[in-house]
Parts: sequence; structure tokens; C-alpha cells
Amino acid sequence: MIRSVIELPVDERDVRIARYGAAAIMLSVAEAAIPSPLPGIKPGLANIVVLIVLLRHGWSDAIWVSLLRVVGGSLLTGQFLAPGFFLALIGAIGSLGALALVCRLPDRWFGPVAYSILAALTHVAAQLLLARLWLVPHDGLWLLAPLFAASALGFGLLNGLIVARLTLEHR
Amino acid sequence: MLKKAANGRKRLARAAQPVESISEGTGSAQRGKTPAQRFFQHVQDLRRWSSLLRPGDWLVVVLGLLGIALSLPLIWQGGGAEKAVIRLDGRPYAEYPLDRPRRVTVPGPLGPTVIEIAPGRARVASDPSPRQYCVRQGWLTRAPAIAICAPNHVSLALVGRKSSHDSLSY
Repeated sequence: MIRSVIELPVDERDVRIARYGAAAIMLSVAEAAIPSPLPGIKPGLANIVVLIVLLRHGWSDAIWVSLLRVVGGSLLTGQFLAPGFFLALIGAIGSLGALALVCRLPDRWFGPVAYSILAALTHVAAQLLLARLWLVPHDGLWLLAPLFAASALGFGLLNGLIVARLTLEHR
Repeated sequence: MLKKAANGRKRLARAAQPVESISEGTGSAQRGKTPAQRFFQHVQDLRRWSSLLRPGDWLVVVLGLLGIALSLPLIWQGGGAEKAVIRLDGRPYAEYPLDRPRRVTVPGPLGPTVIEIAPGRARVASDPSPRQYCVRQGWLTRAPAIAICAPNHVSLALVGRKSSHDSLSY
């Protein structure tokens, strides 16, 4: 075998991010198979992985995993550069921004559940905003906001509880 | 991070069983128990799950529910109907803001059409048309709604802040 001329040293962090990224992509692909009453209402299981990475390894790793999830997941589901991809991207960016702010809240009072719910809410808010500006330029879109917010609250709570248990059990 | 986890441990230590067995507790350990014991098990499970929530988490959940509950009537009923436009023979006959109750009589070719306006809504109260479609339509509350009394050449339309399109297609 001819040795590659280009040497890309892989450190521990790269391997870690790749592993978490793979888990997140797997969850988002599995989730794409779940039927949903309204496009946009789904559990967001991949956010469990992103939150665990955030709690264990910090914010920059979480950004990597989240964006890898968006790109990898959309490639596998055939959505890359389709409108759904940009919606997922803006949602991921929005919730990462929210997490950056929420991280500064006191640990004693706010745990994974609050992180998860606030991230889910900003996720749908960013997506609705982009959809209103770009895909459906009609104010009727806001009628869906309470539905999306309610699903974000419910699934955010569920995912947050899962994250709380996983991080407590396996430190 | 460490402090946070230790905090959670302390709270969970109150529960009789270790954290690891929340899901197993409801499954395999349940066989051969009376319904009362099983119910007690469920209550314990719920308490263990809720011990994962910190005070701020509860606050976020409650505020979220409150926000959604408040946004429902705001978004679903406060549709921007600003004024009622009455037309006779296709030409604007009168315009009224939907601010206070009033009754307007429009003289059509068949007879008078009475239009009733109330805060936030309007309707055709009575009309000489034979089939009474526009009367039976009842109160109009949202912006592009319209009631047409075709035989009497009268129509009542609600208009929003800005006139929007009838439909969109892509």
C-alpha cells in the first residue's frame, strides 16, 4: 500500500466528535422514519446527543456535533441543500445560540431539562422565522406557532429528562 | 459539572432503589406484586423522574405552558379585522370601524338590508333575499371574511390593517 502523502493527524477530540456525531446522525435518520402530523413536529432525538456533548465536553464540541448532524443527516435522507436542510440548519444555529446564553445560568437552579426546552423553543422559533421570510411569505404561518411551541415544550421536556438521567448515571 | 452531578446524586439517594433501575423497576421487578404495590412503584418512579428537575427547570416548564396558553387566543382569535366595508351594487356604500355597536340600513333594490356592527365583528342582521344565505352566515370576525346578499346587491366585508391577498399559490 502506498502511504498517503497528506498526513492528517487525528487527535482524541476528533475521534470523540466523530463518535458523537455518528450517534446524532443515526438518531436523526431513524427519526425521519417516524410519521408526523405536521412537518416540523418531531421528537428531535439528536438534540439529546448535542446536550450530552455540551454538558460533558463544552460548547465548541457541541457546535461540531450539531452541525455534523445537520449536514450528515440531510445527506443521508436526501435533503442536502433542499429547503428542509436550511430549516434544520437555522434551527440548529438558533438553539446553539440559546444554549450559549443558557449555559451561563446558575447550575444549581437550571439543569438539562431547562436547557433542552429552551433550545427546542428557539429551534422552532428560528425555523418559523426563516419559513416566514423565505418559504411561506404569509402571516397565516404564525397560526402554527402555538402548535410548534407546544410540541417543542413537550419533546424538550422529554429529551431533557433523558439527558438528565444519562448524565447523572454515567459521569 | 461535578458539583451539579453530586447534587443530583444526593437528591436521588432519597429514593429506595439506585437510579439505574428506574426502567427495570417498572418491568421485571413488577411481576408477582399486588396492584397496590404496583401503583406505589409507579408513584415512586414518577418521583424519581421529577427529582431530575431543578427549580429553574420547573419554572421554564410552567412559563412555557403559560406562554403557549396565552398565545392561543391572541393568535387564533385576534385576527386583524379593522373595519367593515358595505357595498351596494358593487360600489362602496359605507365603511365603519369595528369599535362600537351600531346598526346600518342599506336600501337595496328588493328592500332594506340591516347590517349590525359590534366591537370586533359584524353581521347581516336581516335581508329581503329569498334564501337568506348572508344572514345565516352569522357573525364575521376575521379579516378577509365576506357575506354577500346577491339578490339585494349588498355585501358586507371585513378588512384588516392592510388588504391582503385572497390566495397564494406556488
